[in-house]
Amino acid sequence: MKFDTPAGDNPIDRMTVVGRPHSRIDGPLKTTGRATYAYEHHREAPTAAYGHVIGAGIAKGRIRSMDLGAARSAPGVLGIVTAREAGKLGKGDYNTAPLLGGPEIDHYHQAIAVVVAETFEQARAAAALVKVDYNRTPGDFDLAAALDKAPAPDEDRLGQFEQAFDAAPFKLDALYTTPDQSHAMMEPFATLAAWDGDQLTVWTSNQMIDWGRGDLAKTLNIPKDKVRLISPYIGGGFGGKLFLRADALMAALGARLVQRPVKVALTRPMLVNNSTHRPATRQRIRIGAKPDGEIIAIAHESSSGDLPDGGPETAVNQTRLLYAGANRLTSLRLAVLNLPEGNAMRAPGEASGMMALEIAMDEMAEKLGMDPIAFRVQNDTQVDPENPDRPFSQRNLVRCLEDGARRFGWARRNARPASVTDGRWLVGMGVAAAFRNNLNVTSGARVRLATDGRITVETDMTDIGTGSYTIIAQTAAEMMGVPLDRVTVKLGDSSFPVSAGSGGQFGAGSSTSGVYAACVKLREAVAGNLGLDPAEAVFEGGKVKGARRSAPLAEAAKAGELVAEDAMTWGDLDETYQQSTFGGHFVEVGVDRYTGAIRVRRMLAVCAAGRILNPVTARSQVIGAMTMGVGGALMEKLEVDKRLGYFVNHDLAGYEVPVHADIPHQEVIFLDEADDKVSPMKAKGIGELGLCGVGAAVANAVYNATGVRVRDYPVTLDKHLDRLPAVS
Amino acid sequence: MKAFTYERAASAPDAAARAASTPGAKFIAGGTNLLDLMKLEIETPGHLIDVNGLGFDRIEKTDDGGLRIGALVSNTDLAADMTVRRHYGVLSRALLAGASGQLRNKATTAGNLLQRTRCPYFYDTNQPCNKRTPGAGCAAIGGVARQLAVIGTSDACIATHPSDMAVAMRALDATVETITPRGETRAIPIADFHRLPGETPHIETALAAGELITAVTLPKPVGGRHVYEKVRDRASYAFALVSVAAIVHKNGAGRVAVGGVAHKPWRSEAAEAQLPDGARAVASRLLADARPAPDNAFKIPLVERTLAAILDETRAA
Repeated sequence: MKFDTPAGDNPIDRMTVVGRPHSRIDGPLKTTGRATYAYEHHREAPTAAYGHVIGAGIAKGRIRSMDLGAARSAPGVLGIVTAREAGKLGKGDYNTAPLLGGPEIDHYHQAIAVVVAETFEQARAAAALVKVDYNRTPGDFDLAAALDKAPAPDEDRLGQFEQAFDAAPFKLDALYTTPDQSHAMMEPFATLAAWDGDQLTVWTSNQMIDWGRGDLAKTLNIPKDKVRLISPYIGGGFGGKLFLRADALMAALGARLVQRPVKVALTRPMLVNNSTHRPATRQRIRIGAKPDGEIIAIAHESSSGDLPDGGPETAVNQTRLLYAGANRLTSLRLAVLNLPEGNAMRAPGEASGMMALEIAMDEMAEKLGMDPIAFRVQNDTQVDPENPDRPFSQRNLVRCLEDGARRFGWARRNARPASVTDGRWLVGMGVAAAFRNNLNVTSGARVRLATDGRITVETDMTDIGTGSYTIIAQTAAEMMGVPLDRVTVKLGDSSFPVSAGSGGQFGAGSSTSGVYAACVKLREAVAGNLGLDPAEAVFEGGKVKGARRSAPLAEAAKAGELVAEDAMTWGDLDETYQQSTFGGHFVEVGVDRYTGAIRVRRMLAVCAAGRILNPVTARSQVIGAMTMGVGGALMEKLEVDKRLGYFVNHDLAGYEVPVHADIPHQEVIFLDEADDKVSPMKAKGIGELGLCGVGAAVANAVYNATGVRVRDYPVTLDKHLDRLPAVS
Repeated sequence: MKAFTYERAASAPDAAARAASTPGAKFIAGGTNLLDLMKLEIETPGHLIDVNGLGFDRIEKTDDGGLRIGALVSNTDLAADMTVRRHYGVLSRALLAGASGQLRNKATTAGNLLQRTRCPYFYDTNQPCNKRTPGAGCAAIGGVARQLAVIGTSDACIATHPSDMAVAMRALDATVETITPRGETRAIPIADFHRLPGETPHIETALAAGELITAVTLPKPVGGRHVYEKVRDRASYAFALVSVAAIVHKNGAGRVAVGGVAHKPWRSEAAEAQLPDGARAVASRLLADARPAPDNAFKIPLVERTLAAILDETRAA
């Protein structure tokens, strides 16, 4: 099915199951430990051996020699795979650096070997016996320095930015920096690999089944159809598990060598530098406005670094779309760095970009003497600013901000910074817009109607803790007119139809649309079997009702199971209409006037993302994103050792993410929307919207509390302590 | 983790003697730090002597009105003890500011004193560290040092001691009681228990080989208002950027020990004599010899401001 005209009325609009606050259908499995994660497939491979991955001890250079002798003869060791044993490997389409290094080393903790042994402890102990002699070569590890020799930026322009900015009566020109961040998901990278002849099965933890399958085959130089990838449950990914990573490759290589299933989990101290991260950015923003607040010039120039042949952090996306203004400049500049690979982390681009842009908007509002909400409202646009003939499919940013302001008590905010105290706390409020594009990706599904009337959905869609199981079940239940508990959902297996996967907040809308398409086909088959007109048949209450007769749904399958498969593909509605999601983030913080320590006191998000498929799982996504936003605002930073070229704080003691004590009352409001331009579900993504803008709202609240502007994330006490009022 | 042998100690003298006579032996109690370090092969004991059965798990009044805390009393039990809460509040507060509930349930009093630095370079065996390999050099110097020490450092080491409990015990003038491999007992003032790094940062305490901590004693209560302020980027389950343990009396006199700034809890009797003159007077004297790195220089004003908060609040109370 192709979605190329706005959706009319369809069965989803009934919203008898879709849109209802159902708890996760996979919840009981998870809370009782019966959901099998990658490392837990004991039944499928009871004889699995254990692989322990060794990471490079240098950032850049070459392995001169490796002494495997002691490790090979250590107790329980079955074999060791290095680049030499692995032979010539390909490289996955989605990988920047090879996953198995040696002799060349591309980054710190790049995998250089896997030691396979009878037990985990034996493998780990033997790995420590491997002696590696390196030849270090110099590398570029300092973003600011590397940018001096980076190629010129890629620019997008409209109008005459420089002239308009120079002429503007009110101007802002500021540099904002965001640090490298780690996904820090709870479940580490983990894989169980088993060969049966030339057929490879991997139970792994991966957000994108088909990408992972293809890249594993490509890396191993085997046909894609020889690889089956299974990932039914995923303990968090945040973009870190979009790609094939070393756990899967090393498990496959280890299993091939020892002729036994092998499982590999990367240890926590290794996964930060071994895998990908959200790259640091340096973002210059210039805004020029008239005295009434109308933006006449806006420029956002972002720089980041990556390994050779890598890509930039696309931190200026939102600035092309979020606010009006006739003269515009956005650019991306990419330096070569020899740090580990930079890549997608939750809301890549916008998460970092909004951290900067939405402080800049706050600063500009203050220069203009305007309320920061009024300033944003003044510059709202209902069309693509670079192409005024192209409207937004639906854009309720203003309502998000204004409803949120009322709900949060924004009127009580004192616009003069550092003027509200509560005991030893300086108290401030901050606001930021939320913005993230909606994406649609081709997504397939297979739907089965069993003889007993049960519905089973099969798709290689993943549930990374987001609620995919539940919203897919809701979609199928709504389409087929059965209660939710009559639907079984099977996900995360490459033997199922290829889906959108989980990323870019495209998973929910795309995958449910694929299920919708398959259900439309199944409805046609059902109607045909029952002798009903599919266009008129009503599926509800476990029955199918036509103009003259009604029959139980199961009757359509009495001669045998009915199976329908389809995929949703997408026309050009995203070209005709700009499809985005919007929100307003409101934050109140306290800053200890003595120590400068910052604590969040209240948070509110108002989100406009089309139809909300399930308010429980959607809210869970948003509060999780808000929590991640607090982390990014106040503590998360991979510390770069610019001499040695690696992220130093590579465990959860050194890389701090918020704990419960950091997170206060969080409130989430969804505007009641349905966007008929985006899909038959009329729903857009929500999981990344919840993060975009949170950091700036926190930073703006800190400024409102202290009067000290910090433009360098994370906003930690050492960055404003010397500018806080004297206390002794 | 390297393979090791294991035994349960039969008695304290026996444990100390066995530890001294068995090469590569270490005591294990809660294991909350040692096991992590063993997994990373930062600690590689060939033999573990489990002291959990030795019974040092009571908190008792001493004859001179003080308190004797068994070496195996858990951090949770110590923090919750009514005498500690009533008369040694700074200790209870320091304990509760440390680690997490689960860790405090397992961590012991002696183990807390003996926990090792959280310097990230110490934790990465690819990097040189004089604590792990004496003479190897120190990757932390000139590296990422935001969490590391600002005073009492050396050219060999800039690590901090991570304990909160020890900072409060330093303010309380605790004494560490031990038994030696020869079966003798020894009492080590807390001030002398932890060492500065000097040229031998791998030697962290005054304990001799095999010497086993049996208890920590506190002198009789000194009264005053007890405060423990721990400053950190996240609200819980994080090591201190700085922490201040203070006991402040109505007349303005008192005691101050500082954590997160040095290889040991940092206290100067000469500096705290200036408490009536305010936080700046105390802090500038206490940290006069500080040699911070660019990214941890903020700890010096932070100590002063944290102490100012304590003094303002105790005055107001």
